[in-house]
Amino acid sequence: MSWLDVCDAEDIDLEDVIRFDHGDRTFAVYRSADGAVFATDGLCTHEQVHLCGGLVIDDTIECPKHNGRFNYQTGAALRAPVYDALATYPARLNNGRIEIEVIKSSNSKNNNGPPL
Amino acid sequence: MSAKVTNPRDYNLAGPENQNAVDAGLASADWYHSDIPRKVMKELMKRSDALATRDTLLWVALIVISAIGAIAFWGTLQVIPFLIVYGVLYGSASDSRWHECGHGTAFRTTWKNDLVYHVASFMIMRNPISWRWAHARHHTDTIIVGRDPEIALMRPTAIAKTALLFIGVPGIFQDLQVLIRHGAGRVSNAEKDYIPESEKKKTTFWARVHIMIYATTVLVAIIMQSFLPVVLIGGPRIYGVWHAVMTGLLQHGGLAEDVLDHRLNSRTVYLNPVSRWIYWNMNYHVEHHMFPMVPYFALPRLHALIKDDLPAPSHSIFAAYSELLSSIWRQRLERDYYIRKDLPPTAKPYREDLHTLDIARSDIRISTP
Repeated sequence: MSWLDVCDAEDIDLEDVIRFDHGDRTFAVYRSADGAVFATDGLCTHEQVHLCGGLVIDDTIECPKHNGRFNYQTGAALRAPVYDALATYPARLNNGRIEIEVIKSSNSKNNNGPPL
Repeated sequence: MSAKVTNPRDYNLAGPENQNAVDAGLASADWYHSDIPRKVMKELMKRSDALATRDTLLWVALIVISAIGAIAFWGTLQVIPFLIVYGVLYGSASDSRWHECGHGTAFRTTWKNDLVYHVASFMIMRNPISWRWAHARHHTDTIIVGRDPEIALMRPTAIAKTALLFIGVPGIFQDLQVLIRHGAGRVSNAEKDYIPESEKKKTTFWARVHIMIYATTVLVAIIMQSFLPVVLIGGPRIYGVWHAVMTGLLQHGGLAEDVLDHRLNSRTVYLNPVSRWIYWNMNYHVEHHMFPMVPYFALPRLHALIKDDLPAPSHSIFAAYSELLSSIWRQRLERDYYIRKDLPPTAKPYREDLHTLDIARSDIRISTP
């Protein structure tokens, strides 16, 4: 599958996330504080809540419903109640546009869960 | 003529109401949220180590000072004011610190949230693992019967038993019973509904840590031939819990069950500044449930932004208890009765389309002033 066009880079604030729907799938697309772009599944692995309403802090995304945290760059589950890792996808900047490649995802299986 | 007391509902998470809630579409459902622009919400969600550290240092300092006073005046009447202060700081303020740090919203730094969470969990006699999952479920399925493990006032309310909560009984004995059960590696069928199997070992580990501390405290008390150690460690669960109970019962008491709009099942109450500090602003409870990402120190700002979309808050603890007590008294005879407050004209209507229940069935309303 080719790269999917998401939006202008400027459409996402630094350290923020937006929702991107494609077909019957939903993704979360991020810009880090230094402008790098990332993409993950759009729904929290705990209760299927859209992560786009959450808070981006450094390299983590916090779910807006239960405050579970993932590293949005690796997908790792960092904080209960999330336990299963989040699938991540390649993302890039192309002439000021953000693109993601949804065919290649990381493993979204359990990563031994968060600490505590 | 004697009135017939209504049959109680089955609140057990291991009972049939759980599946009934799932079948009705009430479990893990979409809830109503007031509209807030993303940029504003991002500002509100921002974390601050500074504010939480200031409040935590003040909390610890006051605990230490009141403990020193209690030790110095132990055996005299002068000990009473020190124990009153110490008890509330230990037995009640720990509840709000447990809650906020459990959400991870108090501090920006993760380990600070986790440290205060574990200390506060011990103080309020809660297993930090099982209660983390219980509270997550409480936010998923707030006051959904058969799903929410944190429903404090079940219908019809056992009024005498509820009154005893203010002096920590039988709560402390139930807490110790659960602690021992967890320490033995057992979780109940109801707990299995929300605690993942993989978290069971952690539940056991932390229960054993708490048991060790309590056992050491009792041993020291025996060696010292004095009640002072158990009065300072564990004891506040009896004589200092009243403020947490007083504020906690107001969160959802007397309001609707089985709805998907926090404006119908949660209560915001205006409190005095001291109680707000002890309670870490959790009196803005509708706001907290709608947006649990917002830290305690930003809840007054959030309230100001969305209050025109919410029912009018109760203006005092007394006013809130007046409506709560009248509601639970009436629920003795009418199990389905609840307080349904009118919304201001600026508010969006209650989301009656979200579920199959007729939330307009209550014939009593408390109008906005």
